[in-house]
Amino acid sequence: MTVYLPHTIEEATALLEAHPHALVLGGGTDVMVEINFNHRKPSDVVALRNVDELRTWTINNETSSIYIGAGVPYSEMESGELQKVAPALAAAARTVGSPQIRAAGTLGGNLGTCSPAGDSLPVLSALNAEVHLASSHGVRSVPFAEYMVGPKRTSRTATEMITGVTIPKANGWQGYSKVGVRNAMVISVASACLAIQDDMVRLALGSVGPTIIRCVEAEKWLHENFATLTDLQPADCAEFGRRAASEARPIDDHRSTAEYRRHAISVLAQRLLQRSIQS
Amino acid sequence: MSNNEFYSLTVNGVQHPVQDAWVGESLLYVLRERLGLPGAKGACEQGECGSCTVFVNGSAVCSCLVMAATVVDTEIATVEGLSSDGTLTDVQQAFIDEGAVQCGFCTPGLVMAVHHLLDQNAQPSEHEIKEALSGNICRCTGYGRIFEAVNTAISRRQENAR
Ligand SMILES: Cc1cc2nc3c(=O)[nH]c(=O)nc-3n(C[C@H](O)[C@H](O)[C@H](O)COP(=O)(O)OP(=O)(O)OC[C@H]3O[C@@H](n4cnc5c(N)ncnc54)[C@H](O)[C@@H]3O)c2cc1C
Ligand code: FES
Ligand code: FES
Repeated sequence: MTVYLPHTIEEATALLEAHPHALVLGGGTDVMVEINFNHRKPSDVVALRNVDELRTWTINNETSSIYIGAGVPYSEMESGELQKVAPALAAAARTVGSPQIRAAGTLGGNLGTCSPAGDSLPVLSALNAEVHLASSHGVRSVPFAEYMVGPKRTSRTATEMITGVTIPKANGWQGYSKVGVRNAMVISVASACLAIQDDMVRLALGSVGPTIIRCVEAEKWLHENFATLTDLQPADCAEFGRRAASEARPIDDHRSTAEYRRHAISVLAQRLLQRSIQS
Repeated sequence: MSNNEFYSLTVNGVQHPVQDAWVGESLLYVLRERLGLPGAKGACEQGECGSCTVFVNGSAVCSCLVMAATVVDTEIATVEGLSSDGTLTDVQQAFIDEGAVQCGFCTPGLVMAVHHLLDQNAQPSEHEIKEALSGNICRCTGYGRIFEAVNTAISRRQENAR
């Protein structure tokens, strides 16, 4: 096994081309658990730690968008300038693991693992994020919905790496809520991101299906029945929650039951909508 | 750009050669088993307990989740390096004074986490202290004494600053 430490995206993609079975290593917070427990024995490792360009983020005021490099850790998303322009991502980042995990774990790693419980993913879904992929043959960008194709399954090929994502600058209320068994250090049992972007409510659910689920029916129901959100009554928010829950596709597993997860979604969606009106 | 059986790590300002090691080993394992630096403790090896907390380039991270061979050319700091002359740091002294140490297994990781917190934020609120230590598990103390130790360290620093 060889560990490669490229300094540029170009070097990294050349290495992936030459070693298509190599494991890409971001912050290591998913990968090292598997290696420590012998669940994974990589042939080669391409570690992105020294690729500085992956650790940058920029705000483009002309296109009103934000570019976040794959190597940006949660600790940088949870506060400061990024929190102002991407509040739901900041809220999601704050729920991840512990300070130590947030200092090491990256957005690219969350996308690489692509677990339905990944906390950044409902945010990327609700914001119609573009995921940027690079290989030695060039770059391409795919909408998040086409990037995540199943539980821990993506449309990324072995010789591609994630370089970053583009999301719109927030221009309405947005929030993220997560249910777990305790406050700190917990993988979500159910989660939801609600974002009002260009006056449209968008809702995405985590941990309640094989992929992140966009509640297109509940979104449509709101849009068609309410001219402005200020018209919404508490009963309407509850109805929105029920509709969101009916779009969830939860299962029973070691963390929770399908029934509880569906109930949790109805509460989360209702609350997020209520908060968006009150703010 | 690549490295195999041989590499070296800079820990507490000292360069240490690492020889004949499997390159997939965690920093925690290399520190303890290859470099003879057992300050960082290993309990879960999956990022849950924080007993292995060290600083890598100034960030407090779980050394069990860092692949050692990737942190060449990086400043690594462990609890052994907090003070050089065998004296205790103010945080360590506060842990003793407040009885925040029982079995002591969690202590090195907590001391690192507290130093990191106070370096960033000299006057953390109660909530900020709890948040900053939420990645460090202690099975003995119930945390009350640990929070007392943090508060003692904070007030002593304030007195000294006057
Ligand atoms: C104690 C603990 C608590 C956790 N809590 C949470 C939580 O609350 N919420 C949550 O969502 N996650 C949690 N995680 C999981 C993990 O921290 C996140 O998924 C994190 O975002 C992974 O990022 P990383 O940089 O550490 O990824 P790595 O472990 O380095 O990589 C993860 C995967 O992504 C791939 N990868 C990484 N970067 C790239 C790239 N640029 N291009 C292509 N592939 C890439 C890797 O090959 C690997 O398959 C937790 C983990 C631990 C150990
Ligand atoms: S041993 Fe690293 S966090 Fe538990
Ligand atoms: S003192 Fe024993 S685990 Fe904390």
